[in-house]
Amino acid sequence: MTATENTGIVVEGLEKQFKNGPKAVDGIDLEVAPGEIYGFLGPNGAGKSTTVHVLTTLLPPTGGRATVAGYDVVRQGRQVRASIGAALQEAALDPLLTAREHMRLQTALQGLPKAIRRRRGDELIARLRLSDAADRKVGGYSGGMKRRLDLALALVHEPKILFLDEPTTGLDPQSRSDLWNEVARLAREHGVTVFLTTQYLEEADVLAGRISIINHGRIVAEGAPSALKAEIGRPSLEVVPCNPDRRGAFSAVLERFGTAVKTNTPGAVAVRLERGADALTDVVRTLDAENLRMDHFQLHAPTLDDVFLAKTGESMSEAEETAGPAHAVVPGRDPQPAGAPA
Amino acid sequence: MSPAQAVALARVRASDAGLGETLSQVRELARRSVVRTMRQPASVVPAIVFPLALMAVNVGGLDQATNIPGFPSDSYLDFFIAVAFVQGALFACMNAGTDLARDVQTGFVSRLALTPMRGAALLLGQLAGVMALAAFSATLFLTVGLTFGIAIESGVAGALVILGLALLIALAFGGLGAMLGLRTGSGEMVQGFFPLFFVLLFLSSMALPRPLIEQDWFRTIATYNPVSYLLEAIRSLIITGWDGEALALGFGIAGGIAVLTVTGASSALRRRLTRT
Repeated sequence: MTATENTGIVVEGLEKQFKNGPKAVDGIDLEVAPGEIYGFLGPNGAGKSTTVHVLTTLLPPTGGRATVAGYDVVRQGRQVRASIGAALQEAALDPLLTAREHMRLQTALQGLPKAIRRRRGDELIARLRLSDAADRKVGGYSGGMKRRLDLALALVHEPKILFLDEPTTGLDPQSRSDLWNEVARLAREHGVTVFLTTQYLEEADVLAGRISIINHGRIVAEGAPSALKAEIGRPSLEVVPCNPDRRGAFSAVLERFGTAVKTNTPGAVAVRLERGADALTDVVRTLDAENLRMDHFQLHAPTLDDVFLAKTGESMSEAEETAGPAHAVVPGRDPQPAGAPA
Repeated sequence: MSPAQAVALARVRASDAGLGETLSQVRELARRSVVRTMRQPASVVPAIVFPLALMAVNVGGLDQATNIPGFPSDSYLDFFIAVAFVQGALFACMNAGTDLARDVQTGFVSRLALTPMRGAALLLGQLAGVMALAAFSATLFLTVGLTFGIAIESGVAGALVILGLALLIALAFGGLGAMLGLRTGSGEMVQGFFPLFFVLLFLSSMALPRPLIEQDWFRTIATYNPVSYLLEAIRSLIITGWDGEALALGFGIAGGIAVLTVTGASSALRRRLTRT
């Protein structure tokens, strides 16, 4: 396969260390196949955005190597940029311009021939359902509309690979769902390779064929979401006692059936059931026999948060608290890199 | 491969994007700069109203200064109108700086960095937009001046040279604003420099010819202040006619500042547009 035919991403031992700072990316390896939607999941500050900035040539790595669409991100930056589209963490739009004016500028800067600029812009505006607002200033757009325009701008030159850095952060459920549908359609109908970072477990679960989980700059798990959840295997049972004072007694009974796990429900006790859902009847009988009354109980299938917990020992929200401020920032506002690789 | 993608790849494979394409990028970015400015009345109105208001107040209040022996004109408007051009350029400086700083803050510069855009196109586009506004305001100041009776000793050609010098001054100060905006990445920081520029203006030969400034310290500062020579070059065309020395100093200083500030802004832009 020649370099230009390769429309995937290959990353080997990639590192990024900021001057006087931590290693935001600490030796990651990954491969994204052409046409695949690849989810890059992790809490704030885990190194997701820094990785995207390196892969999109906006930051030089300090170690390792990466090729995007067959081009080296350090030595062939221009070719990489010509092959990719990117919607970075914040929709980088000019609030004083209209969507159509954004399209005009983007099509010109991408070097599209004059004859097709207008048509291409209108086509994308229509596809992203922005036609009614195309001549309104972007400053008045909703968050979802801004994100859709951001995506449309990233698609102007029909890139083979699309980088989406937390594309749905801050969106309402309907806008999020709309964007998911568009991303899925791009991959399905146009064979676009999508590298999607997200802190939403559900988003990775719905969209991505494969995901990797990054924490403190390192990949802690990689695979299909279903496979990763199957690794965890057993569901967890969460029980809320009628009498909160009896949580200890509940714990003692539940731990006969599995290992205690953390739960975010106030007053609840939870265990990962060793025998799976089959144990549920026995749990209920035992609690009844010991006269322990439940307010309610819930059986949880394994989630990606469980995967994250199992791999890192902390939940996503806890990891965000320990990660501190996010490392990735807009290039130019970054601390200076410690040095580009040779 | 689609036509659009083929075009994009073909362009990066070319050893040089070409002058035509760079000019096209500059044109689109300049258009954006002008559109942005015109949609921000808070940027346009002060750049026009404040210089006119300052001119009206000073001409109304200081007209008697023309009776001072040695004052070069019998019309204070002839003397003071040069200030409007320089003050307009200072506003251009602020607009260029805050616009670019905002582009850094919002990540818009990163979006542009992901296109095959040449770094110089962003700067030239922004400065072209600044100069378009400067051309508009300078023409307006000149029209207002002519309406209220200024007589340009150097004639129509002199009026055109005044506009040319006003544009060069706008480029010089616009470059300074761009440099500050790109270096700091903060619109607030750029605006923080604004009072400093006005101090420079007030400590020049803005209100009186240098030889007539009585205070030694003020006269010394005004003599070392490059703004004095920008004002005096414009004034010479209105009051004296063709004064080679004044024009050489004015154009030389404005050109020198422009070279320094645009070079500084280019360097700051290269740092901002980090890409491999």
